[in-house]
Amino acid sequence: MSQPSLTTACAAMLRRDLTLAWRRRGDIAMPVLYALIVTMLFPFALGPEDTLLQRIAGGVVLVTVLLAMLLALDAMFASDIEDGSLEQLVLAPQPLALMLGMKILAHWLTIALPLIVISPLMAALLHLPGPVIPVLLLALLLATPLLSLLGAVLVALTVGTRRSGMLLALMLLPLCVPAVIFAAGAVAAAQQGLPWLAPISWLAAALVLAVVLAPLACAAALRIALDS
Amino acid sequence: MANWIPLWLHRLSSPPTFYRFAGTLLPWAMTLTVLLGAIALYGGLVLAPADYQQGDAYRIIFIHVPSAWMSMFIYAVMGVASFIALVWRIKLAEVVAMESAPIGAAFTFITLVTGSLWGKPMWGTWWTWDARLTSELVLLFLFLGVIGLYRAFEDRRQGARAAAFLAIIGIINVPIVHFSVNWWNTLHQGSTVNVFGHSKMSWDMLWPLLTMTLATKFYYAASLFRRVRTDLLALEGGKDWVRQIAQGEDTP
Repeated sequence: MSQPSLTTACAAMLRRDLTLAWRRRGDIAMPVLYALIVTMLFPFALGPEDTLLQRIAGGVVLVTVLLAMLLALDAMFASDIEDGSLEQLVLAPQPLALMLGMKILAHWLTIALPLIVISPLMAALLHLPGPVIPVLLLALLLATPLLSLLGAVLVALTVGTRRSGMLLALMLLPLCVPAVIFAAGAVAAAQQGLPWLAPISWLAAALVLAVVLAPLACAAALRIALDS
Repeated sequence: MANWIPLWLHRLSSPPTFYRFAGTLLPWAMTLTVLLGAIALYGGLVLAPADYQQGDAYRIIFIHVPSAWMSMFIYAVMGVASFIALVWRIKLAEVVAMESAPIGAAFTFITLVTGSLWGKPMWGTWWTWDARLTSELVLLFLFLGVIGLYRAFEDRRQGARAAAFLAIIGIINVPIVHFSVNWWNTLHQGSTVNVFGHSKMSWDMLWPLLTMTLATKFYYAASLFRRVRTDLLALEGGKDWVRQIAQGEDTP
């Protein structure tokens, strides 16, 4: 049997994960609904003053998206562990890091992209000024893959444990502080009419670094966690 | 030829040898901790003059600064031990890394608490979201994450390897803590003590600080040795050398 080429393998991996996600469409909607409801709670908790909501809008949207992604992160490898396909992936001749990279991409497409799509709605609910919304979208486009990549490494570390939900939060949240700082910094700068390119560039730099390193780290972590 | 050093290190990494080695050093480290700690506290709280600006409140640095140094030092030790554990799969390195984490977390916690106690009269606030304080808090969460991940596995060695990997990822935070006062314009003051150059601090205040630093180092060693010994006994429960020790303690 001849080995499929690398691109074929990547495409097959991506198609498989996206198909699986599409078969369970309800699960895709959950993080989106969660984010919307959390956003809705803020005006109730803080009072519907426009100026106050406007000031916190950027940060609230970012943190809400982060938490929604955290909730969905747990499931990244869960079903593959259950049916043993992750072990097969580890044994496959294709580089594990690349295959995991495809899995992370599929996860980002199914979890983070819907969140980004509704983030203008969340921002509008909190009266974020219209001109700031493109900056928020840009910050989210750069920050969410960063979180997916970082999260994938930590999920890979916890695949051998049974209760990983809270533990994942404890490990991921400190590591994603810089991403939150830069993303929120860009939104805040745009809101005050200041140049916002510097924090966005930092985010982009961190993302480039993560795209290169995180799949490798994820593969190493998975080998550690599966090796018993 | 000096090839007895690698040979000795190699032998030291075997659990029974390290058990005996740590057992010999343990009382000495503990004695030095108590002795140096007492001298440093007397020097810092009684002999050192009050600060012309802060009065007596500055004396908290004799605890705060050594603890802060230790929090970073222990994380670095944990990171290096984790690296050794993952690359060469040495059981002792895993144990050292995992048993360093609770001690490091304790020092980080002490740093944060003493800092906020000092901050209340000096800055007028318990806490501020300044780069140094925030990165130190992140350090605490990293320590807790390592402990949590280690405990989450049923197999201890597998847990140790996973947690070691997390420790290596988190080591990026150590330089951030250290340089945060230089990189950002923070409320937390820059460093006053310079190991290789002239310190901006009077000798009367400096010597208790340095003595306390030594005391905390020895405390770490003593505490680590005790923890590692206990852990080794638990991990190697079925081995002959542990059985011999257990039988030796049974007979009066």
